[in-house]
Amino acid sequence: MRKKFLTTTALAASALLALSACSPSESGGGDATNGDGEGGSGEKVRIGIKFDQPGLGFREGSNAPTGFDVEVAKFVAGELGYTEENIEWIQTPSANRENALENGEVDMIFATYSITDARKERVGFAGPYFVAGQDLLVRADDTEITGPDALDGKNLCSVTGSTSAQKIKDEYAEGVNLVEQGGYAECVNYLESGQVDAVTTDDIILAGLAATSTNQGKFKVVGSPFTEERYGVGISKDSDQCQAINDAIGKMKEDGAWEEALTTATEGTGYTANEELNTDTEMESCS
Amino acid sequence: MNGFAELFAEYDILGAFWMNIRLTFFAAIGSFVLGIILAVFRISPVGSLQRVGAGYVNILRNTPLTIIMVLGVLAVWGQLKITFSDDFPLNFFTYAVIALSIYHAAFVCEAIRSGVNTVPLGQAEAARAIGLSFLPAARLVILPQALRGAVTPLGNTLIALTKNTTVAAAASVAESSGLMKTMIEFRPDLMIQIFLTIAIGFCLIVIPMGLLTTWLSDKLAVAR
Repeated sequence: MRKKFLTTTALAASALLALSACSPSESGGGDATNGDGEGGSGEKVRIGIKFDQPGLGFREGSNAPTGFDVEVAKFVAGELGYTEENIEWIQTPSANRENALENGEVDMIFATYSITDARKERVGFAGPYFVAGQDLLVRADDTEITGPDALDGKNLCSVTGSTSAQKIKDEYAEGVNLVEQGGYAECVNYLESGQVDAVTTDDIILAGLAATSTNQGKFKVVGSPFTEERYGVGISKDSDQCQAINDAIGKMKEDGAWEEALTTATEGTGYTANEELNTDTEMESCS
Repeated sequence: MNGFAELFAEYDILGAFWMNIRLTFFAAIGSFVLGIILAVFRISPVGSLQRVGAGYVNILRNTPLTIIMVLGVLAVWGQLKITFSDDFPLNFFTYAVIALSIYHAAFVCEAIRSGVNTVPLGQAEAARAIGLSFLPAARLVILPQALRGAVTPLGNTLIALTKNTTVAAAASVAESSGLMKTMIEFRPDLMIQIFLTIAIGFCLIVIPMGLLTTWLSDKLAVAR
């Protein structure tokens, strides 16, 4: 009896090992392709996106990724001469973006990557392809919260280490209660149960969250952004593609594909990108 | 060197570490009290209590701490809406301390039980022979000797607890690992300094604990 139990456990354990050994090669698109890419850089392009941000960069299992970042990435890659099949999508979580570019794991990053001086010390930026702003997500029937000033005495959720909820406490509403969580899914969960009254981060991220099929119609973006986050295309410091990427972004905006991608990503939330910030945006100088 | 100065000026690093120390302090007390009760359950002559103790230890010891922490906040606070305090930071601090306590109580219980095993059987028999029933025997004879024999494993548990306080970030407590995330997000140019600051900080807290444990276990060991 005991022996049988041990055998079963051993079998289960080896099966687990075998499974886990499979998954990295699957998600990473295989090391073999990386090897190919080094030979002729014209063939494959490795693009870093987020896999967990609905509406911007989202990928379930090995399905095709979706979202606004992904659409812009496809267009830009197309302009640079890569077909869609030649794009290898790589997950680049926030804390890992600079390392991924420096170590050459990815060629470009489209992952809600705000252009800041501190980051420019380590990586280069093209773009911005979108200008977002910190905003608030509230329940659809909420009429009280109209902006960050109205948050006194309310509960506000944000993600640890992201666009600062502390800023709201310091500059707009001293009496706000802050909750920091590991991910936006938790925050949205609390917003629905009523334990928090608002979720804060960049407006387009909030719109993407509100647009998912399970959240459809439950939440709305307040629509008065109070910061400016310029989403750039992360490239390595010695990359020569900066100008070409800028041109591609300009072209995408001109021919309407940009507008279309944005509408699809935020459908049904009543969200519109801040027009003032997103027309004639000043591009990075690419020096 | 300038990078470190900038980090300390810009972020409240000491405050974040102080939060880890406070979490450690309160969770150590909580888990110690709960752990002793569980250990008494496990060595008691009552079968049902033994099984409750063993069940608690086996379930909690094999559940990842993150899950306990997230479950506490996501389910108990988020859905059941149980609030310990109107003051938000204090409310989440309480949640974190409770989660850390119930998790580490399982390890404290096992550490004490290993200490009980160092007490010769003759001690328990002698206690019975002079007419002590189970609880007085445990309180006056067994546990005092067991605790002295359990200093090293208890010290190890305390060290593990100290480092596990970083999981409290999942419960919205502003401690050092959460601050590290924020610093990496906004100051990637100082990545190495950020990493070293947090790593050295924890060494400074944990190494004295290890030294103290070794010293105490030598000093308190029961000479047999």
